[in-house]
Amino acid sequence: MSRALAIREFRFWLTNYRRTWRGSIYSSVLNPVLYLGAMGLGLGALVDRHGAGGLGTRSLGGVSYLVFLAPGLLAAGAMQTAMGESTYPVLGSVKWLKTYQAAAATPLRPADIFHGHLLFTVMRLAMNSVIFVAVMAAFGAVRSPGVLAAVPVAVLTGLAFAAPVEAYAVSRTKDQSFAMLFRFGMIPLFLFSGTFFPVSQLPGWVRPAAYATPLWQGVALCRSLSLGTATLGGALLHVTYLILLAAAGIAAGHRTYRRRLYV
Amino acid sequence: MPAPDVLIHARGLAKKFGDAVAVAGIDFDLRRGEAFGFLGPNGAGKSSTMRMIGCVSPPSGGELSILGLDPVADGPAIRARLGVVPQEDTLDVELTVRENLLIYGRYFGLPRDVIAERTARLLEFVQLADRAGDQVEPLSGGMKRRLTIARSLINDPEILLLDEPTTGLDPQARHAVWDRLYRLKQRGVTLVLTTHYMDEAEQLCDRLMVMDRGMIAAEGSPRELIERYSTPEVLELRFDPAEHQQAAEKLAELAPQRAAEMGSSPPGLGPAQLADAPAERMEVLADRVLLYTQNGDTALAAVRGLGLEPLTSLVRRSTLEDVFLRLTGRRLED
Repeated sequence: MSRALAIREFRFWLTNYRRTWRGSIYSSVLNPVLYLGAMGLGLGALVDRHGAGGLGTRSLGGVSYLVFLAPGLLAAGAMQTAMGESTYPVLGSVKWLKTYQAAAATPLRPADIFHGHLLFTVMRLAMNSVIFVAVMAAFGAVRSPGVLAAVPVAVLTGLAFAAPVEAYAVSRTKDQSFAMLFRFGMIPLFLFSGTFFPVSQLPGWVRPAAYATPLWQGVALCRSLSLGTATLGGALLHVTYLILLAAAGIAAGHRTYRRRLYV
Repeated sequence: MPAPDVLIHARGLAKKFGDAVAVAGIDFDLRRGEAFGFLGPNGAGKSSTMRMIGCVSPPSGGELSILGLDPVADGPAIRARLGVVPQEDTLDVELTVRENLLIYGRYFGLPRDVIAERTARLLEFVQLADRAGDQVEPLSGGMKRRLTIARSLINDPEILLLDEPTTGLDPQARHAVWDRLYRLKQRGVTLVLTTHYMDEAEQLCDRLMVMDRGMIAAEGSPRELIERYSTPEVLELRFDPAEHQQAAEKLAELAPQRAAEMGSSPPGLGPAQLADAPAERMEVLADRVLLYTQNGDTALAAVRGLGLEPLTSLVRRSTLEDVFLRLTGRRLED
């Protein structure tokens, strides 16, 4: 019964999405094109030239900057999609439009509403990740067919952010909290979790912190899959970490959604 | 065990938010086909009661059964058989009128063809058939309310819950809503509504529960409540603000029961004398004095007999507002 009820909330989001999907597809394509073009090709040319005889490409794993960067951006992009879908749309549904309350007056329970919204977020993550990998391939930034496995890993990375952030967002009364979350959470992670340069470039004392972030887990695994260097043990560790975080977020969401909707 | 036609059964039903008591243990039974109203000012506990009935607010104490089921354990099964018109609109304003009904019908797991058939019928009923393809955002407040009512009927509910259905609407829109609700009532739909408008309660409710500070102050049909707690007529007097207080003191002579309630009843003044007095009771409001009387014109003559000349005087029939004032000493819409 639970799954069937969550599907009803998922369909609500799908109906809503029917109005905006075209625009969202444009940005899903445009984003990787812009980033891979500017950073991967533009900045990458500079990195590759200076690194040609020296340390540069070696610390990148012996590949060009574009090839290094692209899978990192895949994971980081999933985080950004997840943050976008799980902050304002959640608060909007519970505070401004009150569509969550509308659903709560029907057979749906708070957990169904949460699961349905999360399912829609997963769908958006999957769409964006597939598009991203296609753009990567078009840029010649793929080294291994293992990159196909990077799609579900990117989705899982996104889910590991979306679940706890949705759980948090539904408990908020003001959207200022999100500005803080972006400024002190998402942007530092985006910049320092190994997306643009290897964590080994960071000072020794911050490295453990970088390795502990969920984004680094996703970046590292997506990258090893794309480069064909993934090991089973490493992959299991990354995946376990991300699954635990997503599960913790889902458990928290069950409480926060109930508390907000069943006053 | 409640009688089989009892749809909602509450005993000692309570709701607390931390230390604040919203509903302080109330009893009621609601029967199939009734139009039942909770009347009271803001903060009386009406909405909290409605939310508990709607299974979106677990009771803090007491018993509550809805359609014979437990709202905490069987929430989804109960809500599948309820229609809810919340106090604030919860329409998806970015979707069209028809899409709102489609989404809602899907929430109840109805097949598309059933939703389409009901949508056509319901939009006709709430006079929005010509707006079916329009976005909700630009609709007027009255139209949104009517759409919310149509939406609440999509699952063919056994009980329709309406929390302040016309608050914030202009008079014309209110009458349009009342008209639709009255038709539902005629068809035998069980209505439960909260309101702080006495005219709404009088128009729509067969039976009323007057609520104040989380408790039930009185219960009965509008007619019964007025007969029990008020007089047939009310004389409203307005005086020059400078003389208001003095006039009120002088008028107390005409309303011995007021004096009796205040503990200064002259000895030997029995019920016979009370009935003979020009007014049975008096309420002094900030801007008016109300004399509760069998006959307003006689009472007005008696006022003039005291040498008082009000700026304006009005004789009217008693309303639920008077009942509320009598029961709580306060006005409904304050």
